[in-house]
Amino acid sequence: MTALPTAFSDWFAARGWQVHPHQREMLDRAGEAALMLIAPTGGGKTLAGFLPTLAELVAAPSEGLHTLYISPLKALASDIRRNLLVPISEMGLPIRVEDRTGDTSATAKKRQRVDPPHILLTTPESLALLTSYEDAPRMFAGLSRVIIDEIHALAESKRGDQLMLALSRLEAMAPGLRRVGLSATVEDPPALAALMARGGAPCPVLLADPGPDPDIATLRTEAPPPWSGGGGRYAIAEILEEVKRHRTTLIFHNTRAQAEIFFHHLWLANSDDLPIGIHHGSLSREQRDAVEKAMTEGQLRAVVCTGSLDLGIDWGNVDLVIQVGAPKNVKRLIQRIGRANHRYNAPSKALLVPANRFEVVECVAALEAARSHHLDGDPRGTGPLDVLCQHLLIRACAGPFDEMELFCEVRSVGAYAGLSRAAFDDCLAFCATGGYALKAYDRWQRLVQRPDGLWQLRDPRAAQRIRMNIGTIQDTDTLKVRLRGAGKPLGEVEESFAATLSAGDTFLIGGQIVRYEGLKEMTVEVSRSASKKPRVAVFQGTKFATSTQLADRILEMFRQGSWPALPDHTAAWLSLQRELSQLPARDRVLVESFPHDGLAHTCVYGFAGRNAQQTLGLLLTRRMETSGLNPLGFVSTDYATLIWGLDRVEDPAPLLRAEGLREGLDDWLKGNAVMKRTFRGAATIAGLIERNLPQARKSGRQATFSSDILYDTLRKYEPDHLLMRITETEALRGLVDFGRIEEFLARTEGRIDHIKLERVSPLAAPMLLEVGKVPIAGEGRERLLAREAEALMAEAGLDGL
Amino acid sequence: MTAHAFTLCSTPLRALPSGALHILGEAALCVSDLHLGKSDRIARLGGGLLPPYEARETLTRLEADILATRARQVICLGDSFDDLAAQSSLGQDERLWLARLQAGRRWVWIEGNHDPGPVELGGSHLAELALGGLIFRHIAVEGAAGEVSGHYHPKHRIRGTARPAFLYDKSRLILPAYGTYTGGLSSGEPALSALFKKPAMAVLTGTKAIPVPF
Repeated sequence: MTALPTAFSDWFAARGWQVHPHQREMLDRAGEAALMLIAPTGGGKTLAGFLPTLAELVAAPSEGLHTLYISPLKALASDIRRNLLVPISEMGLPIRVEDRTGDTSATAKKRQRVDPPHILLTTPESLALLTSYEDAPRMFAGLSRVIIDEIHALAESKRGDQLMLALSRLEAMAPGLRRVGLSATVEDPPALAALMARGGAPCPVLLADPGPDPDIATLRTEAPPPWSGGGGRYAIAEILEEVKRHRTTLIFHNTRAQAEIFFHHLWLANSDDLPIGIHHGSLSREQRDAVEKAMTEGQLRAVVCTGSLDLGIDWGNVDLVIQVGAPKNVKRLIQRIGRANHRYNAPSKALLVPANRFEVVECVAALEAARSHHLDGDPRGTGPLDVLCQHLLIRACAGPFDEMELFCEVRSVGAYAGLSRAAFDDCLAFCATGGYALKAYDRWQRLVQRPDGLWQLRDPRAAQRIRMNIGTIQDTDTLKVRLRGAGKPLGEVEESFAATLSAGDTFLIGGQIVRYEGLKEMTVEVSRSASKKPRVAVFQGTKFATSTQLADRILEMFRQGSWPALPDHTAAWLSLQRELSQLPARDRVLVESFPHDGLAHTCVYGFAGRNAQQTLGLLLTRRMETSGLNPLGFVSTDYATLIWGLDRVEDPAPLLRAEGLREGLDDWLKGNAVMKRTFRGAATIAGLIERNLPQARKSGRQATFSSDILYDTLRKYEPDHLLMRITETEALRGLVDFGRIEEFLARTEGRIDHIKLERVSPLAAPMLLEVGKVPIAGEGRERLLAREAEALMAEAGLDGL
Repeated sequence: MTAHAFTLCSTPLRALPSGALHILGEAALCVSDLHLGKSDRIARLGGGLLPPYEARETLTRLEADILATRARQVICLGDSFDDLAAQSSLGQDERLWLARLQAGRRWVWIEGNHDPGPVELGGSHLAELALGGLIFRHIAVEGAAGEVSGHYHPKHRIRGTARPAFLYDKSRLILPAYGTYTGGLSSGEPALSALFKKPAMAVLTGTKAIPVPF
């Protein structure tokens, strides 16, 4: 048991604070090899993680790195540093705390490797980079504790897998290292703990008192939400009133684009000039820093934000969280609500603002689930091999390695415990030679085996290239946006969006309207514009999928004769749907067909969850392509798939026939954009494609080519290549979910209701504005291109030169 | 195969959907920017080990075009190799394949910025070539007339779909890159669009050649 030093108890007492029971217990059990604390936001979770470190460093001052703290966000690392420095300086403790992220200067980084602080705060990517240096063993030799904050957020993605692999490296360099995980409320704490523990060792879970239930309600508005669309503009007046009534309000949006539009309109309505800021991942660092600083200093009354502010940053004065748009996931809602009233034992306060009428239904279902403490989550798969490939390359950067030793080390990581030697060898072969049947790189292997059996980089200079591409966060290619002349970066837009701009177009970024001037050295140059009607820049933004638990609750609600729990407008909307078409039911398939925008649209309500609906879209469009219906594309939500094409669907029954559905699925899947997108991610993480090259990108793009070409080449010449297998596994798990389609077809047994309509139905309307449309490259697209080309030719009065 | 037929300075030409140019009167086929050996060069420099099937894929398409057009002459319009060392990286199979394609045909390697030196693989190596009233060179020259060039890897976009494309006006034609591992430069980039005077055309490649005003 570690005693709480007097200096600490005095400091706590001087502030009128008490040590929480879970903080006390963390101190008592500081010796555990692995320990996970689950505490609600505001429960002093982070301090609980650090108390043993501070106590140990006071009791036995030491040199070198004692504790490594890892958080998913850069901002969180610097925030924690500020928070830790307060008690350390007030108690006069001889403890050095520094952070190290992508934003840390090169000089500071170099110094940290030579003379590390007692406590280093960093991110999974910066840690992976640190382990790639040859001097890593010296830096980490004395490491005693690792604290992983917000581990629930990391565990949901490949960043978590990369982090756990890096931990296995740390363990090798500092045996006996203690691991501490800090997590918000999750549905399955032991599963999360198992991921973190070393080689199947136990990892006890400490549960802090969850505190009082949050106070969540739906915001009442004068105007009803629109039928479709996102953004919550209709509620701006009421939201401004709430902002005035509270000290500081966080206004969460599900996507960056929505946050931008909302912020723009909020400003137009902000007649009292309340200080309100915007914060999302596409804004420049300078802008985000400024907002974070103003926020910490209590200068802002509200911040319009996205998931970039989702995690436990200490927002001091925040007393209200507003969620615009359905929360999509009950767990995330609860974690977000933790932002408000960041004091233990005061209920947090949150308001939901559904953006359209379907979301009213979702919000009501989410509130019910939250009140009954029903959290949702998806089971995790095994450790992804693309992340392992990157890990092998990172390991090679640090110096020669023995394959057997590394194999055992990797197997000590929870997610990779079941990794076969064959799979490991495939990854090693991929890193060394590319792993192709055609042996083309004998001379230029990336890794070579020395006579003593150890593996090393063929060319040590390759280490720089590998280091520049560390990380598993997939971002689409983005271009910086700058004001012409001023040279001040405003943020970033996706390259595909920039490609559609022509001089004079206006768009929204960082809450201001700008005019596109041109592209200069891969930077979008803009000027300020007085235009009133901007287009909205396309951001990748995170798009959450509604959990299947919510989908089931909604289907249950549809069975009611009336909806007293829903606001009148939404109940009326559902009644209208029932009147014009019908409401989807568990045991039937509802199919609606209607013309829109000159194309035939068909909407299939499967309520099978987003991934399965996506696959259903692929399968249906394949059948439509073969029956000559010329599908052009589709979009899926958790509830339905909307397909558009040149020809009308007259009879959906053959399209939805269960038999033979799976046949040809593979072929169709493999030619599809969804697979290509998945491949791009895997190929980038595994080190086949380099996002960053040593020399800066030249203007023009002749030098780079699309990953689709690599995918097509492999598909033709080596369809069983490791990367193709990784792509397939990932797509089957994440995107295909074929089992749920079969379950949907089984529960409905061909009972199809095909409703033909003159125009879009009330329920289908929101689908038209969904993002994430999947194009179908078939005969229909060729015909459409030819038609468009002819029109352009006719318009120009040309039939040749 | 649906090609786009047009004339440049009175010379009848066909833009093939594959990105190759057919010069009918000369029984000649012209392809630009093959970039053979690109994957080898990337590997040599310590980058990723790309699928080593690009030369095969490029030669497969080239052979199909040669046979379909019954070309007696083949003009490779520069940047045929990703760099000079990339030539030696060609496998024995690919060398024999090239030799087979060259047999009985006039084969011209135009010099490109990636492959400025002579080529060891048969055929003649020229800075530029005059043929059928046209001049063939790698990089477009200001003020030229009847010029066919490559270098820029042009792409053109309609309805959100961007594809490698031929670009031409009354006096010049720029070919899309023919090599498998090549990217593209948007036709709207000033470096490229400044070379053309209206009216100009773009011909998208793909399953059919699709002409549009540019």
